[in-house]
Amino acid sequence: MAKSLLEEKLYSQEFLVTTEIGPAKGADISEMVHHIDLLKDRVDAINITDHQSSVMRFPSIGGCLLVKERGGEPILQVTCRDRNRLALQADLLFAHSRGVHNVLCLTGDSIDVGDHKEAKPVFDMDSVQLLRLARTLESGTDFAGNQLKGSPQFCLGSTVHPEADFIEPQLLKFDKKVAAGAQFFQTQGVFDLPALRRFMQYASQFNVKILAGIIVMASARMAKYMNENVPGITVPQAVIDELATAEKGKGLQKGVEVAARMMKTIREEGLCHGVHVMAVGNERVVPDILEAAGLACVRA
Amino acid sequence: MIVAEQKKLDEILRMVAPYERVLILGCGTCVTVCGAGGEHEVSYLHNALKVAQRKSGNGTHALSEYTLKRQCDPEFLDMLAGRVEDVDAVLSLACGIGVQAVSERFRQLPVLPGVNTSFMGMPKEWGIWDERCAACGDCRLAETGGICPITRCTKGILNGPCAGTKSGKCEASREMDCAWVQIYQRLEGLRQLDSMRRYYPPRNFRVIPRPRRIVAKSTAGGNDGQVAA
Ligand code: SF4
Ligand code: SF4
Repeated sequence: MAKSLLEEKLYSQEFLVTTEIGPAKGADISEMVHHIDLLKDRVDAINITDHQSSVMRFPSIGGCLLVKERGGEPILQVTCRDRNRLALQADLLFAHSRGVHNVLCLTGDSIDVGDHKEAKPVFDMDSVQLLRLARTLESGTDFAGNQLKGSPQFCLGSTVHPEADFIEPQLLKFDKKVAAGAQFFQTQGVFDLPALRRFMQYASQFNVKILAGIIVMASARMAKYMNENVPGITVPQAVIDELATAEKGKGLQKGVEVAARMMKTIREEGLCHGVHVMAVGNERVVPDILEAAGLACVRA
Repeated sequence: MIVAEQKKLDEILRMVAPYERVLILGCGTCVTVCGAGGEHEVSYLHNALKVAQRKSGNGTHALSEYTLKRQCDPEFLDMLAGRVEDVDAVLSLACGIGVQAVSERFRQLPVLPGVNTSFMGMPKEWGIWDERCAACGDCRLAETGGICPITRCTKGILNGPCAGTKSGKCEASREMDCAWVQIYQRLEGLRQLDSMRRYYPPRNFRVIPRPRRIVAKSTAGGNDGQVAA
């Protein structure tokens, strides 16, 4: 039996659409709830990020419980930046107990890029080890080999960077993640189709599902900013130039257009098993993108 | 070697303020090499403190100076015995180990740290030192092409690069090389990439019961290279 709705869909022939929501910065979660309601029936699953870019926010697990409450399918993001192996295991057991079974296992961004630069970086584990840890819990023991009373079940994913400027070490790590138990990958933002095709050729030897990461940019300035400040993102000059052609106040519209075109091509070519839309703060335009890409339909 | 940086003068002034007679104590080993607390720095600081005192007009410290060959070795500390009788505090410019050694030996004396002990490393070029080892207690340099992932990767991760590396640099700083890019290239050159393909489990922090102690074979009758608890 599938461990989650997402897992069931991963092994169907469906073209999947996932997206992500950045949780609230503060106790007022109304906007986040609004975004969940807006997206839950339009996508197959929603990631809730875990202090993305090391900026402190409402927790991923809290957001995932909200997604469930509102009738959506959540993907828990777990990074190794803030928790040691005891805390990671406890959080995974909790997630399972509340019906959150999709887990994206990440190393986590460096503390230095975030808003608490003096915090202690934990990194007791890395993404590969975290995947193994989750699989170990499933097998009925904790990471130290002690017997568990009841074992959890997870559908595990991770990330990969198909456009890294030095791809070989990234592919080596990708192999390790697959061996460690990753079933699906949401890629870093893709812009360069030939690079994505090359990567997919490589990835096709493994029985894993690849969802191409689509970043929605609101302006050429934002793209440049991301190039300089956000780990793992490289927006090519051609895309920046295209965004720069937007009339004043229409930058986001252009960004939607660019994102939708990319998604359309990926789907038509059958290049990946789905897409993962990252709207970074512009969650409200995700329905427009899906519409423009011809992917709008009720998915619940 | 241990690399340290001298503390700012106003912090030092605040520390020594309550004491009338202060011995500024240098160390002839690591901190001499990195220019933080050797004989030269001791006399420089001595002068700087005198000037600051004169300027503020409220200081009446009697300062003296001396530099030991090594502050972290009890043998050398014997040489201090005569010099600390008439002082109210020692301002040590040794690393944190030296400061504690002096403090342990002369229990009636306050010992103040004049430097911030930063890391273990080596000079890159004159005036620039780079961290190289965190004394993790389980050296894995044989598997990483002689490049330490624990100190040279910001996250100290063990199974290859994160996705944040760009143009060979680390996501945390464009000034810093990504350790895992370097490890990959080095291992490729050595035809040892297989060692990077292996899975490495999380580190064993149990090798660091704090504080660590090593007991030599001749005294304990069986040093097998293990850290004694
Ligand atoms: S692996 Fe790195 S930190 Fe550990 S002992 Fe070796 S050089 Fe030092
Ligand atoms: S960019 Fe390289 S050095 Fe920096 S955290 Fe990632 S793997 Fe480590």
